[in-house]
Amino acid sequence: MNNHEIITEGAAIAHGHEGAAEHHAHEHHEQHFIWKYIFSQDHKMISKQFLVTGIIWAIIGALMSVFFRLQLGFPDSTFPIMEKVLGEWAKGGKLSPEFYYALVTMHGTILVFFVLTAGLSGTFANLLIPLQVGARDMASPFMNMLSYWFFFLASILMFVSLFVETGPASGGWTTYPPLSALKEASLGAGVGMDLWLLSMATFVVSSLLGGLNYISTVLNMRTKGMTMTRMPLTIWALFFTAVLGVLSFPVLFSGFVLLIFDRNFGTSFYLSEIFIGGKALPHIGGSAILYQHLFWFLGHPEVYIIMLPGMGMASEVLSTHSRKPIFGYFAMIISLIGITVLAFVVWAHHMFVTGMSPFLGSIFVLLTLLIAVPSAVKVFNWLTTIWRGNIRFTTPMLYALGFVSLFISGGLTGIFLGNSALDIHLHDTYFVVAHFHIVMGVSAFFGMFAGIYHWFPKMFGRYMNNTLGYIHFFITFIGAYLIFWPMHYEGIAGMPRRYYDYSAWESFKHFQGVNGFISIVATIVFVAQLLFVFNFFMSMYRGRKVTTKNPWGSTTLEWTTPIEPGHGNWEGDIPEVYRWPYDYKDDGNGGDFIPQTVPLRPGEEAH
Amino acid sequence: MSVFIIITLIVLVFIIIYQIGRASEYAVVLRGEEKVKAQANGVIAILLLLLFPLGVWGIWECNEMFKDRLLPVAACKTGENYDTMFMVTTTVTGIVFFLTQFLLFWFCYKYQASSKRSAFFFAHSNKLELVWTTIPAIAMAILVAIGLRNWYDVTSVAPAEATVVEIVGKQFNWLVRYPGKDNELGKRDFRKIDDANNVLGLDWTDPHNADDIISQNGELHVVVGKPVKLLIGSRDVIHDVGLPHFRMKMDAVPGITTTLWFTPSITTDSMKQITKNPDFVYEIACDQLCGKGHYSMRGTVIVETPAQHEKWLASQQSYYSQNSPSATPGTPAAGENAKPKTDSVKAVTMK
Ligand code: HEM
Ligand SMILES: [Cu+2]
Ligand SMILES: [Cu+2]
Repeated sequence: MNNHEIITEGAAIAHGHEGAAEHHAHEHHEQHFIWKYIFSQDHKMISKQFLVTGIIWAIIGALMSVFFRLQLGFPDSTFPIMEKVLGEWAKGGKLSPEFYYALVTMHGTILVFFVLTAGLSGTFANLLIPLQVGARDMASPFMNMLSYWFFFLASILMFVSLFVETGPASGGWTTYPPLSALKEASLGAGVGMDLWLLSMATFVVSSLLGGLNYISTVLNMRTKGMTMTRMPLTIWALFFTAVLGVLSFPVLFSGFVLLIFDRNFGTSFYLSEIFIGGKALPHIGGSAILYQHLFWFLGHPEVYIIMLPGMGMASEVLSTHSRKPIFGYFAMIISLIGITVLAFVVWAHHMFVTGMSPFLGSIFVLLTLLIAVPSAVKVFNWLTTIWRGNIRFTTPMLYALGFVSLFISGGLTGIFLGNSALDIHLHDTYFVVAHFHIVMGVSAFFGMFAGIYHWFPKMFGRYMNNTLGYIHFFITFIGAYLIFWPMHYEGIAGMPRRYYDYSAWESFKHFQGVNGFISIVATIVFVAQLLFVFNFFMSMYRGRKVTTKNPWGSTTLEWTTPIEPGHGNWEGDIPEVYRWPYDYKDDGNGGDFIPQTVPLRPGEEAH
Repeated sequence: MSVFIIITLIVLVFIIIYQIGRASEYAVVLRGEEKVKAQANGVIAILLLLLFPLGVWGIWECNEMFKDRLLPVAACKTGENYDTMFMVTTTVTGIVFFLTQFLLFWFCYKYQASSKRSAFFFAHSNKLELVWTTIPAIAMAILVAIGLRNWYDVTSVAPAEATVVEIVGKQFNWLVRYPGKDNELGKRDFRKIDDANNVLGLDWTDPHNADDIISQNGELHVVVGKPVKLLIGSRDVIHDVGLPHFRMKMDAVPGITTTLWFTPSITTDSMKQITKNPDFVYEIACDQLCGKGHYSMRGTVIVETPAQHEKWLASQQSYYSQNSPSATPGTPAAGENAKPKTDSVKAVTMK
């Protein structure tokens, strides 16, 4: 309680001189529980809301993958426990094909959108943007709150769809029509799909509200001296993440709206010449491929929406824990710009085999492989950052290092896939599954873990347990490679993805053993993630307390706030910034870093 | 019940691990934070260093285990080009992979924290940035050049002498249509489809349809050494004709006709010997999620010698003779007299 008083006290001071939080001024400084924890407009609380919601979704999504992996790895066995959890859908302890596909679809949707987009950007953009640029809160705390609540609504809709009688959507996370458009095509194309679309539309709204806010905060609310080129790379990354989202989510939205029309109002945007369920449908002249263009126009930027926050946080963590400036700060920014711009013009590399013009395909090959260049630049810069550093292997650092390793592994397979002449064999095989899980799935998760372990002290005023963190890291890192590395071989052999059972296939059935192995490792890794969740919640209440403001010896502004900052972040004035964010060098007093708030010494050159 | 027991067990194990973790935290405080931290740092550095050889060994083992089930034997010329390009790309990316991963783990070990040393302040170097921008750019340019040559090769227009075969996906099997003696596929219309007697909606007013053959078991019979061009379509949702042995793949999209062509170079029979697998068969895998039976949407390619093919063809009956309401044995299956008897008019007005 005592603590709370101090916090609200701080907030009251903050309100005194900051316009952004003015509407709070009439409130008593003892905030009601509801306004403080539920409909909070404090960016730090909203960030925690995103994080906790993301963690819950991650558990659900990962559990789904354990279930379908069990089916895939052991098609001949039955798992009574599955029937207990899933009921009807796993009669006799065996998943039905319909539900297998529903689980795969939900797993993808949940992890891509709810965890690695909302859970990741939502958490860290909210937490870090105001704290690192030196602002009391977001440009519009109210919109920020709405952003979370739209996400919450989207979550509810998606969750409800798990329980409808015909099951949730089952057309893959990309939900290509006509499969997703016609109720006759699959059970999941019924009410489940309607809920999926509604949920995703709501999700887009949440994303836009959040994104616009992040952009305007970064552009307008920086503290004195915080020029754009003095912003930490986390902010640059989160900024471009928001830009990508704001420019591409509307296109996805339009794609969904047309799909809703096709499903419910008899239009033919995506439908043409279809005979299904024993009758010919009246639709003529639509194009199923149009949806794919609209989807991937978001879909590809989306993978970078997931990736960039991790890149930013890894940069920050690598630099801080090797006590060395990030190498090539400007090159890092330029490569982020390169990635952001190119991300908009490579989408059709997901569509090389849809029958599009080979000439058009070749343009997309060129642009796609071009994006490998800024990606390579980033990797070399990270490597040079740790070169001759003084590396402290804290848990966040381990995750940042793991991030780099995984990003290399997954990025390199992108070079195969981006070359249409190679993609023509690898498309929609397990090679693609391996590629994107490593480069986006696991590697973004590593970026996120690095962020959580690194900023947990800022969020909760306590540390996460280190030993558990180490165990979690090594199991997850080794496990991730054991799960996804063998998938490359399956894909090279042409083994298609999204198959419920391979036993009837002469060309693929010999991978049964590998599939079983992968499933076992996946289950172990899943349990290790629960260990993380356990550590997270235990440490929130029981973790070792943070006793200094700046536990990692970091240069950036968030560590100049009180240990548990109140609403408004700084007591007294917002500090002024005098230097770039990576001055890890001798401060002249035996320290090895100089915070951004320290003026240049006489004769010292700015970076 | 069992669910409950498992959950309790997991939670118990976690609590134990957590307590150990807590204990080690106290130990840290007792034994002097700096010292313990430095020790732990050293241990982690060694573990990280070990990860690299461990990884290399794992990759080696994987390669050994999978080396004869990677790319299946390529059964056409473009497939062989594919394999060459695949090897080139693997080599280029492999070098980068081992180099960067090695540096990563080596640096971790070499530059672990030490109180005797401080980090080297090294913030940027335009020269280095230039080097590692241009080298990848050049490498990419080379890969793109190889890629586009192959890409234009496989997507080029099929030679005029190519046999044309139509393959149509439906939930959940493939329908293959051969042009018959006139070498011409007749018109079809989805509104004429009837699962009982006209699975592809052939337009019986088109005389070219009369001799068309449809195999509903998904068998694609082709002649070795002769180019074959596939006209790909779909009756319902998107499917994909995946031909792993020919390194080809093309979506089957309702409302659109897509194509691909290749020249099979090894017969199924020879392939049985090459792979020493008497059950060998070229498979067509649906590569685009198409519903609950997606995983069972299997077709086969039968690559035959010309003689075998002739024999097979001779054994086939035209679809018309099997199904048209007007077909009576002995009557030549001509379009004109079939016309009034089909329900095509009804089908069209259905819209
Ligand atoms: C070096 C840069 C990269 C290149 C050249 C590249 C290329 C490609 C290509 C061509 C595909 C389509 C493969 C197919 O479906 O046949 C693909 C799939 C994918 N990539 Fe990448 N990629 C790169 C990096 C990334 C990154 C950084 C991410 C995520 C952060 C990512 C996420 C994905 C995802 C999610 C898919 C699969 C989508 C699906 O079909 O479900 N890629 N990539
Ligand atoms: Cu992409
Ligand atoms: Cu299919």
